[in-house]
Amino acid sequence: MLRIGIDVGGTNTDAVLMSGTSVLGWVKAGTTRDVTTGITAALRELLAKTQAATSDISAVMIGTTHFVNAVVQRRDLTETAIVRLGLPATKGLPPMIDWPSDLRDVLGNHAYLAHGGYEVDGRLIAPLDEAELRQIAADIRAKGISSVAVSAVFSPVNGELEQRAAAILREELPDVTFSVSSEIGRIGLLERENAAIMNACLADLGRKTIQAFRDALKELNINAQLFLTQNDGTLMSSEFAEKFPVLTFSSGPTNSMRGAAFLSGLKDAIVVDIGGTTTDVGVLSHGFPRESSVAVEIGGVRTNFRMPDVYSIGLGGGSIVQTEPLAVGPRSVGYEITSKARIFGGEQLTASDIAVAAGMADFGDRSKVADLDTGLVERAVERIQNMVAEAVDRMKTSATALPVIVVGGGSILVRDQVEGASELVKPDHYPVANAVGAAIAQISGEVDKIFTLVELTREAALQQAREEAIARAAAAGADPASIQIVDVEDVPLAYLPGNATRIRVKAVGDLQIRS
Amino acid sequence: MRTFDIENIENVAVGAAVLGTGGGGDPYIGKLMAIQAMRECGPVQLLSLDEIKDDDLIGIAAMMGAPTVMVEKLPSGDEIVTAFRALESYLGRKITVIMSAEAGGLNSTVPFALAARVGLPVVDADGMGRAFPELQMTTLTIYGLGATPLAIADEKGNSAVINTISNKWTEQLARSLTIDMGSSAMIAGFTMTGKQMREAAVPATISLAEKIGATIREARRNSTDPVATVLEVSNGIKLFKGKISDIERRTETGFARGEATIVGIGEDQGSTLKIRFQNEFLIALKDGEVMATVPDLITILDAETGEPITTESLRYGFRVVVMAMPCNEKWRTPMGLELVGPRYFGYDLDYVPVEELAARRNAS
Repeated sequence: MLRIGIDVGGTNTDAVLMSGTSVLGWVKAGTTRDVTTGITAALRELLAKTQAATSDISAVMIGTTHFVNAVVQRRDLTETAIVRLGLPATKGLPPMIDWPSDLRDVLGNHAYLAHGGYEVDGRLIAPLDEAELRQIAADIRAKGISSVAVSAVFSPVNGELEQRAAAILREELPDVTFSVSSEIGRIGLLERENAAIMNACLADLGRKTIQAFRDALKELNINAQLFLTQNDGTLMSSEFAEKFPVLTFSSGPTNSMRGAAFLSGLKDAIVVDIGGTTTDVGVLSHGFPRESSVAVEIGGVRTNFRMPDVYSIGLGGGSIVQTEPLAVGPRSVGYEITSKARIFGGEQLTASDIAVAAGMADFGDRSKVADLDTGLVERAVERIQNMVAEAVDRMKTSATALPVIVVGGGSILVRDQVEGASELVKPDHYPVANAVGAAIAQISGEVDKIFTLVELTREAALQQAREEAIARAAAAGADPASIQIVDVEDVPLAYLPGNATRIRVKAVGDLQIRS
Repeated sequence: MRTFDIENIENVAVGAAVLGTGGGGDPYIGKLMAIQAMRECGPVQLLSLDEIKDDDLIGIAAMMGAPTVMVEKLPSGDEIVTAFRALESYLGRKITVIMSAEAGGLNSTVPFALAARVGLPVVDADGMGRAFPELQMTTLTIYGLGATPLAIADEKGNSAVINTISNKWTEQLARSLTIDMGSSAMIAGFTMTGKQMREAAVPATISLAEKIGATIREARRNSTDPVATVLEVSNGIKLFKGKISDIERRTETGFARGEATIVGIGEDQGSTLKIRFQNEFLIALKDGEVMATVPDLITILDAETGEPITTESLRYGFRVVVMAMPCNEKWRTPMGLELVGPRYFGYDLDYVPVEELAARRNAS
C-alpha cells in the first residue's frame, strides 16, 4: 500500500512516494499557475523515478495554497450572498463590515439579516421567521447568486437554527451551494462568518480545482483516494474539500513541521524550514505545531483560524548577498536561481553561492565561485548562521536547549550546529519534508463550545467535549482504534460569575484506508 | 474642543487595550460600533475638562457583561440609545455631555457610538483611568456620586431603570439584569454636574489612550521599537522582559483567577516574574518580591510589536515586556484603596505606589 504526498508551494511542487513509514522516492517540479499541470508533471516524474505500479497507490494527499492565493489576489471568486440570523441583535455591525471594499465589491455586497440566533445560555434571541427567509431566497434567486453563506449567533454552541435556516433556503434555491458557519469556524461571529463567506466565494474554484486534481490522477491511471490537507495538518477527503476549500488556507507551514517531526522522530523541537526566499521557524510541541493566538488577517479579512505560530525571515537559497556592507536577503532571485546565481552561470551572488564556496554544498559549477574572498565567504556564512540562531531563539519558550530540525531545499545554508540548540538534525529527505507531512497527515475532529456549568460539572463538560471530538474524527474517516485527544483548552469566561467556560478539544487519528 | 473621527477611534482602540491592563474586553467590537455610528451620523466633538460648564449634565454610557458574549451576540446599535433615552426620560432632563466609564478596553469607544447617534460631545475623561471588573469601582464612588438612576437596555427593546442605596448594590442588580438580558447589555447612568465631574473623574484619559495607540501603530508601520515609546508616553515603568513559561487558570469564588509565570531574558535572565490576574492583571512579583499591585496599571506587551496581551489571550511562549503605570492619585486614598486595593481582590498586601517600589529597588 503506497501513499503519495504533494505540496504545492509558490515556487515548487514537491511530491513524495511513501510505503508505510519509509520514503521510496521524491521529486521537485515547478509550480504552474493552474496548479494541476505542475502536479501532473511531478507525479509523472515520481512514477518514472520510483517505477511504482499505479495500482499499488491507495491514497494521494495534496497540500495547496491555491485557494488562499485566490482570495488574496481576488481572482476566480464566485459572487456570494450572506444570510445572518441574529435580529434584533447584530444589526449594528452588518456582515463584511470590516472588509476591504475591493473584495466586498468582487463578491457583490449581498448581505441579509434575519431573525434568529441563540443567547449564551441557549435561549432563542428570536424565533426563526420562515416567511422572512423565503423572501430573502426570492431576492437571491432574482439576483442569480449561486453561492450562499449562512451564519447565526452562537451557532458553534447550537447549530440547529442555522441548519434549519439553510434547509429552508435550500428548498427555495435547489441549485445554490451553501456554506454554514458552524461547520467552518469557531466562536466569534464576525470571524466565523468571514470564513463562511470566503468559503462560499471559493465554491466554483473549489469544485473546478478538485475535479482537475481527480482528472490528473485519472490521466496517470492512479485510482486512489484523494485527500487535501487542512490548516491543522490533518486531512479531509476531496469530497469534503470541495465543500470547504477555506480549510486549506494555512496547510503549508503545518505540513513542513509535521513532516520534520516524522522524518526526525522528534516530538518537541524547533523546526527551521529554509526555502528559496524565506525561512519559517516554528515550534513542535508533542508532534504538532504550536498555534498562534492572535487574529490572522487573510487578504485583509479578519479570521480566527488557528494558524501555526511561525516566525519568518527573509533568508533562503536564493537570497541576494551584498558585500559592502555585508547583507544576506531579504531580496531573493527566487525561482530564477537556476539562471541568475553565480554557480549557474549568472551574475548575482546568492546565499547558495556562499554555501558552495564554503564547501557546505556541492551543486552547480563550483569553479564560478572559486574567486570569492575566503574572508568574505566566512563572514557571510557566519551572518547566515546568526540569522537562523536569532530566529530560533525568538521562538524558544525557555532557556533550555531544544533540538533544531532543519528542512527545506535551503537547508544546505546551515552548518551542523546552531547556537542555543541541543542538537541540529537534518533528517533524510529534508528537502521535501512538506510533502512528507502531507503524506503522513492524520484525520481530526474538533469541538469548541461554551458550557454553562450549572447542571454539568466541569469534568462532565470536558468528558462530553472529548467524546464529541472523538466522534467527529471517526465520522471524518479516522480509524477509531487510533484516535487520541491531542489538545484540550478550558478557559473560564471573564466578567461572568464562574458558571460558564469555553472548552476546545481536538482529537486526531490515523486515516482509515479504504480497502 | 476637537473633532474626533474614525482615525482617532482607531488609535484609542489600540491604546485602550494598554490601559485595559489585560482586561476590559477586546476594543475591536467597541471600535467597530463607534466607526459604524460615525459613518452613519458623522464625527464627534471631544471636550477637554476646562471646556465643561459647571451646570453641564454629564452621563456615563458603557457595555456591561461578558466580552466573549459580545463577540457573538453583536450589538444592534440601538441598545445604548435605548438606555440613554430611558435615563433622560426618568430624569426629566437632557444630558449634555457623555463620558466613558472606563478608558481601558472596549468601554473606551462605546461612548462615541452613542455620542455620534445622539449628537452630543464626549468629555476627555473617564471614571477609572484603566479597566476594573465591577461597576462601583470608579473614582466617582470615592466622591460620593451615585450610579443610579441607572438605565439598562438590551437589543430587543427591553429597558429598566434602577435605584439603589449604594453603587455596590447597583453592580449587583445591574449584573443580574445583564445575565437575564443574555450576559451583554448597555447601561447609562452616573449623572452628575460638570462641576462634580471635574472634581471626581480621571482627566485626559481618552487622549492618553489615543496617544499610546498612535505610538504603537506608528511603530508598527515603521518597524521601530514600540515598547520604549509606549513607556515614554504613558509615564510607565518597565518591570521585566521575558517569555511566558506557564499559565495556570482556576475558578475560585465565582471568578476566573489565574497566574502567569514569565522567565527572564536579556537583563532579566535568571529571574522569574509571576503575575496574578482576575479579569485584569493585579499583582506582579519578581522572584517573590512585589513589583507592582492594583490599582497601579500592570500591562503585558508583546516584546516585538508592542501589542497589549489580555488575560484571555495569554499563551505559553510569548515574548513579552511587563510594564506598570502609576494609577490616578484618587485611587491612592484610603477610600480608593478600600474599593480597589490589593486586599479587595483577596491579596494580603499593603499597597505601595509602583514608582516608590522602583525607587526602593534602585536604592538597595
